[in-house]
Amino acid sequence: MGFLDIKNATKSYGAVKVLHETNISIEEGEFLVLVGPSGCGKSTLLNMIAGLEDITSGEIAIKGRSMNGVKPAERNIAMVFQSYALYPNMTVKGNISFGMEMHGMPKEQREPRIAQVADLLQISHLLDRKPGQLSGGQRQRVAMGRALVREPDVFLFDEPLSNLDAKLRVDMRTEIKKLHQKLGTTIVYVTHDQIEALTLSTRIAVMFGGYVQQLGTPKEIYDDPANMFVAGFMGSPSMNLFPAKIVAGANGPAAEVTLQAGQTAQIPFANGAMSSHEGREIILGLRPEAITDKDGADRNSQSVHIVECPVEVTEPAGSDTFVVTQIGGKDVTGRFRADVNVKAGETFPFAFNMEKAVVFDPKTEDRIR
Amino acid sequence: MSHAATESRPALLDRLREALPKIVLSPTVAIVAVFVYGFIAFTVYLSFTNSRILPSFDLVGWKNYELLFKIRAWDIAVSNLLVFGVLYIVICCALGLLLAILLDQRIRAEGFIRTIYLYPMALSFIVTGIAWKWFLDPGIGLEAVVQGWGFESFKFGWIKDRDMAIYTIVIAAVWQTSGFVMAMFLAGLRGIDSEMLKAAQIDGASTFALYRRIVIPQLRPAFMSAFVVLAHMAIKSYDLVIALTGGGPGTATEVPATFMYSYTFTRNQMGIGAASAVIMLMTIAAIIVPYLWSELREKKQ
Amino acid sequence: MSASSSAKSGINFGRYILYTLLALFCIYYLLPLYVMVVNSLKPLSEITSGGMMSLPQELTFAPWQNAWSKAQVGVEATGLRPYFINSIQMVVPAVALSTLLGALNGYVLTKWQFRGSTILFGLLLFGCFIPFQIVLIPMARMLGLMGLAGSVPGLIFVHLVYGIGFSTLYFRNYYAAFPTELVRAAQIDGAGFFTIFWRILLPSSGPIAVVCIIWQFTNIWNDFLFGASFSDFDSQPMTVALNNLVQSSTGVKEYNVHFAGAIMAALPTLLVYIVAGRYFVRGLMAGSVKG
Repeated sequence: MGFLDIKNATKSYGAVKVLHETNISIEEGEFLVLVGPSGCGKSTLLNMIAGLEDITSGEIAIKGRSMNGVKPAERNIAMVFQSYALYPNMTVKGNISFGMEMHGMPKEQREPRIAQVADLLQISHLLDRKPGQLSGGQRQRVAMGRALVREPDVFLFDEPLSNLDAKLRVDMRTEIKKLHQKLGTTIVYVTHDQIEALTLSTRIAVMFGGYVQQLGTPKEIYDDPANMFVAGFMGSPSMNLFPAKIVAGANGPAAEVTLQAGQTAQIPFANGAMSSHEGREIILGLRPEAITDKDGADRNSQSVHIVECPVEVTEPAGSDTFVVTQIGGKDVTGRFRADVNVKAGETFPFAFNMEKAVVFDPKTEDRIR
Repeated sequence: MSHAATESRPALLDRLREALPKIVLSPTVAIVAVFVYGFIAFTVYLSFTNSRILPSFDLVGWKNYELLFKIRAWDIAVSNLLVFGVLYIVICCALGLLLAILLDQRIRAEGFIRTIYLYPMALSFIVTGIAWKWFLDPGIGLEAVVQGWGFESFKFGWIKDRDMAIYTIVIAAVWQTSGFVMAMFLAGLRGIDSEMLKAAQIDGASTFALYRRIVIPQLRPAFMSAFVVLAHMAIKSYDLVIALTGGGPGTATEVPATFMYSYTFTRNQMGIGAASAVIMLMTIAAIIVPYLWSELREKKQ
Repeated sequence: MSASSSAKSGINFGRYILYTLLALFCIYYLLPLYVMVVNSLKPLSEITSGGMMSLPQELTFAPWQNAWSKAQVGVEATGLRPYFINSIQMVVPAVALSTLLGALNGYVLTKWQFRGSTILFGLLLFGCFIPFQIVLIPMARMLGLMGLAGSVPGLIFVHLVYGIGFSTLYFRNYYAAFPTELVRAAQIDGAGFFTIFWRILLPSSGPIAVVCIIWQFTNIWNDFLFGASFSDFDSQPMTVALNNLVQSSTGVKEYNVHFAGAIMAALPTLLVYIVAGRYFVRGLMAGSVKG
């Protein structure tokens, strides 16, 4: 039994099931991120944990106490909303103290806690302002302050950074991570931004279509995706997924792929993997950083293979140059060194790091191991 | 031991708290159920009885409706409503649209002019009726004034003319409401994407073509709303007729609303009055219900 | 060069016509008001001798005094004053109550939705548009049964009942745009049903409350049908008394007094319109083009 347990929880609106049987258990101090595209059920799940939506079936428990039928205010949780949901008619101080006031805490006890939280978040100078007079980043801090001051068992974050501009978003992301490391609180965090998920979490639940597609540490999710959805959703630029066939090559099983002009190439799998699947049509997954120029390839990898590929487009991005070719009719992007000398139209040696290759069934889209 | 007791009390309180929203809403629900739908049912029932000065509960079938359609005054009332309604809606829409387009040309003091166009809407129909009643009175009003200016042959006695009196109601009603229609159209005009208008200008559309081909077709929702509001006001119009002509001369400006009132309360034909009210309701429902239906459904999506 | 200057003068000419048209329409809309004002300030003889459009040659406030406290309205020569007071006594509680109920209803219908709340709202809304002739007969009976027949409280009740629909419409549409996340945040903070309404929603409801109050005030003040149907001589509202004054067939028609009375009846709503026209227009629009 963990600190927060979600057991077979489902949610239906009439006949529409928006969340299928979900099981997640996290320990105290964990940072769980629910990530997925809009409509995947992540916010519904968060609202169910908060008690803002009923659970259709199953159970959610915090510290071993079932939360079914318990009102939001009595779950000892705090929530930071996407719009921050600051009460527009109250000052920052009023916003932060409202929850304590509602729980009947006397004023003398509220004051020191407000001061402490305001200090922690560096918003002491804003306490007498109204939310309308604050910048986006300041509102964000106040919203977090309102949550922190409650000292709850679990913090819930509902896309808290999506209303900030790009630069501020990165800063606040770091700040949230620091705060988590400092306070060691348990957090459930919803986002559609996979980078946020990877950078912040101790564990990620990737959701799609009302199902948890995969639950795991950021490294597991990134390196070892359970299916094509997770592979394609996590990482940017996203993982290259292209059709291939497993054939018996000279040095063990290899992936046979079709290049642009119709000629084929064979790329051997690392360590003789996939030997039991010879003859099978597959989807091969390789992240852009596993497809490089020769000199940029991972020196620790035992299984780097060079294939001459025609270059379609080059996209210099400052720190790297992304080079696009076509394999099996799909655009495949490689992450080359910034100063590599490659031009569109010519043929260039691409280095495939097959230690990083993952293989999927084209029909079920699940991993083949 | 005391476990059960402490558990059941919060449960009761919780249930009460959960029902609170519905409890708060319940007076309104009760009021609407009784005073809108209950009363409609009651009036519908009365329209099938032989009620005269007081409600009676003896059913007489469709007799009141048959009688109603044989009464000349009702005939006049219905055809008056048709004439009045059509003219009122058409003129209000045309004038409202014209004013909205004029005001949409980056006019200085637009707010001030709009205020002037719209103020009659704040007045009671009784006030409007009295102002126009005396202004159109041939003895002291427009006719007398113009004759006083030397145009001895000028005649404008519509308000005293059986055939023309209904048009004076149109004049006063248009005066009162056209500014409102203007405001509706102006809001519609302001809602049109200005980049689209720029694109049309670059395409070489003249101002006239711009309005005819691009702007006015997009005002359809505003036209719909204006039609529904005006039609509904036309059918309900009572105060204005009473103040302006009192339904006269004779019964020349009788409308269903005045007919219903006089048959029910002064002629003691409550059954027939109820029947005429039911027909008014049906007419309005035929206009309003589809409109509300579509509005509420759009909202839901 | 010459082409551009002629195009410019063409534009100027167009603007000239435009402003002329707008000014003509201003005259059209202001004319009845002008007629009412100037004729309420001149002796009757100036009107009957064909001088309705002219400014008063002899300025007099007697018609106003007459209309306010001397004119024969019903049986007695009381002027319009008691009826003006009736109207105020009727309007204030009816507006306050229907606005308050409307706010609560709008709050429930948007933030505490339940199965069938949209249908319920639809039924409520339809009640705004019914021709009131359909409820006159049973309402007369009901007021009699309640002991409110022919009284100001009776009129308050009637206006409250048929005013709730529009009040609810305003607040519902306003609260629908009010961020639900705020309500959720307050729930997590431990605020209950009324606390959320009182502390979170109501403080932000100023604009819509003004819209609703103005709409209800204008509508109830200007009402004639209910006043004519459900009042006695001593409980008549202003509109009914004014109509009686003008339509009475006895004696000389004192047009100047009629005009003065009409302005008195128009003044409260007109003042509200001038002071808070923006909200009045918003109310009109929200009552017709929803969404």
